[in-house]
Parts: sequence; structure tokens; C-alpha cells
Amino acid sequence: MIRSITRQKSIEEILRLLEGMERVFIVGCGTCTTMAHTGGVAEVEAMKEKMQAAQKVVTGSEVIPVACDNLTEEMVCRFLPAMKESQALLILTCAFGVQTLSRFTDLPVIPALDTLFIGKELGTGHFQEVCTQCGECILGETGGICPVTACHKGLVNGPCGGTNNGKCEVDPNKDCAWTLIYEKLKKEGRLSAMRRFQPAKNYQVEPKPGKILLEIP
Amino acid sequence: MAQRFREVLKSGAFVVTSEIGPPKGCELSKMIHHIGLLKDRVHALNVTDNQSSVMRFPSLGGAILVKENGGEPILQMTCRDRNRMALQSDLLFASTRGIRNVLCLTGDAITVGDHKTAKSVFDLDSAQLLKAIRLLESGKDMGGNALDGGVEFCAGAIVTPEARPLEPQLMKFEKKVECGAEFFQTQAIYDLENFRRFMDYARRFPAKILAGIVLLTSARMAKYMAENVPGIFVPPSLIEELAGAPKGQALAKGIEIAGRMIRTLREEKICDGVHIMAIGREEVVPQILQEGGLGAPA
Repeated sequence: MIRSITRQKSIEEILRLLEGMERVFIVGCGTCTTMAHTGGVAEVEAMKEKMQAAQKVVTGSEVIPVACDNLTEEMVCRFLPAMKESQALLILTCAFGVQTLSRFTDLPVIPALDTLFIGKELGTGHFQEVCTQCGECILGETGGICPVTACHKGLVNGPCGGTNNGKCEVDPNKDCAWTLIYEKLKKEGRLSAMRRFQPAKNYQVEPKPGKILLEIP
Repeated sequence: MAQRFREVLKSGAFVVTSEIGPPKGCELSKMIHHIGLLKDRVHALNVTDNQSSVMRFPSLGGAILVKENGGEPILQMTCRDRNRMALQSDLLFASTRGIRNVLCLTGDAITVGDHKTAKSVFDLDSAQLLKAIRLLESGKDMGGNALDGGVEFCAGAIVTPEARPLEPQLMKFEKKVECGAEFFQTQAIYDLENFRRFMDYARRFPAKILAGIVLLTSARMAKYMAENVPGIFVPPSLIEELAGAPKGQALAKGIEIAGRMIRTLREEKICDGVHIMAIGREEVVPQILQEGGLGAPA
């Protein structure tokens, strides 16, 4: 399943964002941030303590099942009384959740997390970015491994000089995407795919911000 | 007036290039001194482009200085800091200032440099940049529009003969040849047997290969390079040779080693030339050349 991968901001930054707001309602998410241990029940409880230690009044808290879902509106309605007592929502969800919540409340929304990437959970606590939604998929020629995402430089015509025994020069914990692609295509007997020149990418396939209006009959 | 680099490549002469690193700031006297020192001793001088992702005086400015001072510049262009529009317009400008040689590189990662939070561009890669140059020469830009006044460049690229695994690197090398690379300057090489094997392969392609010679200044530096720089292999025997140099003589030993390698490469016609990188020690390049049997000392 795709996951939104997050990391908690420093408490200093959170308190700076909350300057002048003494009463906060804390929101977590039962999906991605629970899995990433950044905004589940335990993290919301810990944040409550941090807020109290910083002399804030925590008016309430809730871990919403899927913060980015439109059903979040119903959750907001249910907690309206406590929220009305608050000066801000302190939100331990990814940026999708923060923006969803923002649509349903007039309170300031303060993100407690940074959203790092949309990735896959490969194993417990092991998350990896696999697609950057470029709009021009070349997986058919790269052994099902995306160099636009998995190569630090997003190179589409083969490895750079920083390839290092299967690892990337920027981080020995990260694989060289082009070594992986090479090994996969070799196994498939399709190394010729790697020899094909990939022209300059179209970075405006869907000009930002992405928006699609389907005409559904 | 320096001879056109493409003509040198075609002449069959043993080609010698070196490089100049622009300063951090506007104090150009040291760079101008290095240009003066080297311009008549080598066929062309590379000017590095924000090398190691450290922001500096631009390669384009440095290349113009080489030209103004009577040298033959090779403009290094990386894809890290400029998108296809900026790269193309810089090429147009370079052309009007008499710069005729371009070395196309991917560029080091932003994260290794001194502006670690900058956005990296990589709109194009090195193969696509080579192709873009050939397109501009045909009178068109990458948007498909006609150019009013054309360009002509001798275009080159780099290759890492010691990359592991090697085959993906070679596949990219071939792509670069297909995209129009006329010459290659290699990553530093120290093992001549490995390099001979690479050349047995590379000879099959219509591009000139200049072996990368990076001056080793001490055993510690050699060891560091071998352990930390991707695509560099320094044979233990060379590290021992440097370690065995008398106190204060390691640099002289490094110069001797570089010269010896150049001599072998040239005398045994292993490759088409050398690219000497003395990173921060440009003043000893004339000595390296002399050791290599390529000209008089300074």
C-alpha cells in the first residue's frame, strides 16, 4: 500500500508556530502516521505531554482513522465543541491530512510533522520512495525500477560516475538505481532496453498543480 | 593563438589537457596566473563548473578568461544547476565568445557541496546535453525553434573505467558516443593493466580517449581516494611507493608517478592523450609534463 512518510518537526519549531496560541486541540491519524510512528495514539499522547510542559492547554485530542479522507469532516463536526475552545489544531498527520482538516475548520492548522515522501512500506519501519508521479512512466524499459525516483539525480540514461559498488555516492545506505536496473534487465535478458537513448523528459505532462476533471457520462 | 582543440584531436598528436578551478570569489589573479603557466604547455584547459558542488566563479567566466589570455578553453557544463533553457542560452553565449569546446557532465550531487539545501536541477543528463549541442548545431533549439545564427562545438564527456559494476558505465559511454561525444576525459586511473583492458574496448568507438591523471600528493591522500572516491582504484603498490618516499618528498614522488604513467601511456600508445588534474597544485603541472617527457620545465 502507498504510504505518506512523515517525520516530526522539532519541538522548537512547533512552539514557534504555536506562538500566541495557548489552547490547542491535537489530531493524529490512524493510517500512515500510525505506521510511521509519527502521529498514532502514542505520539499524540506524547505530544499532549510536551504541550502541557510548554504551558499549553490541551483542549482535547483525537486520532482520526484516515485523516486525508473526506469523512474527516464528520470527525471535525463531532469534536466541534472542544475545537471551539481551541485556538489551533496541532496536527500529527501528513500534509494531506493537514490540508483536509483545513478545509473543514476555520481554526489555524499547525502541522507537527514534515511530509517526506509518498512511499511503500517494505518491512516494519522500512519505508522507501518508489514513484514521484512524473507523468511519463518509463518502468517498461527499466526493469520495473524507477530511476526518476530511485536515482538521486533522477538520471534516465544510465549511472553517473558516483555509482559505487551498487551503492549511491550520496549515501552508502542507498542503492544505485542503475545497478539495480542493470541487474534486473540482465535477468530478464533485456539489457538492450538500457541501451536505448531516453530523450529529455517532459516535466510539464501535468503542469503543477495537478488537477484532473473527468467527464464521466 | 592556440590551435583549435578539434584539430589537435584529429591530428593524431598525443593530446594533453589540464584544468583550472575558478576561485570562490572575484579575485582572479591566481586563476590568470595558472592560465598563463599552462596555456602553452597543454592543448586545452578545462574550466570546472562549480566543482564538487561548491559555488564558485562560473566556468563560463573562467573559459572566457582562458580565451582572453590566449589559451584554448574546454567549458565544463554540468546538468546540476541549470535547466535546458539556461544550458542552451549559456551555449549560445559561449559560442559568441569564441568558446568551441564543451565537456558535458552530470555534475556532483548537491549534498556533497557547500550549498546542501539547494534544489538540484538535472533537467537533462550528460547524454541529453550532448544531444542538445548537436541539435543547436543543426540550427534548432530543444523547443524545436529555429536559431538565428548557429553554434559549433567540439563536444566531450567523461567515463569512469574503474566503475563497479563496469558494464552499465560502458553502456552509458556508448550512448554518449552516439549522442555526439568526440572525446572522453576519464576519471582518474592508476592501474595501467585495467586501463589497457578498458582501451581494448574503447578503441572500437569513434572517440578520442584522454586518460585522467590526478596527482597523488601523499600516501594518505592516495589511500583516501582509493577508499572514498567512487570509481577510483589505486593499486596498493602505488600507495606503498608514496609511503616509502623520504620525508617531505611525497609530492615529488607523486609528480614522478604521474609523469611515469603519462610516459607509458604515450610511448606504448595506450590511449590518445591525458587529462592532468592537479587539484589545487596547478603550479606543478609543468613538472608533471616534464617527467612525462612532454615539454620543458617552468
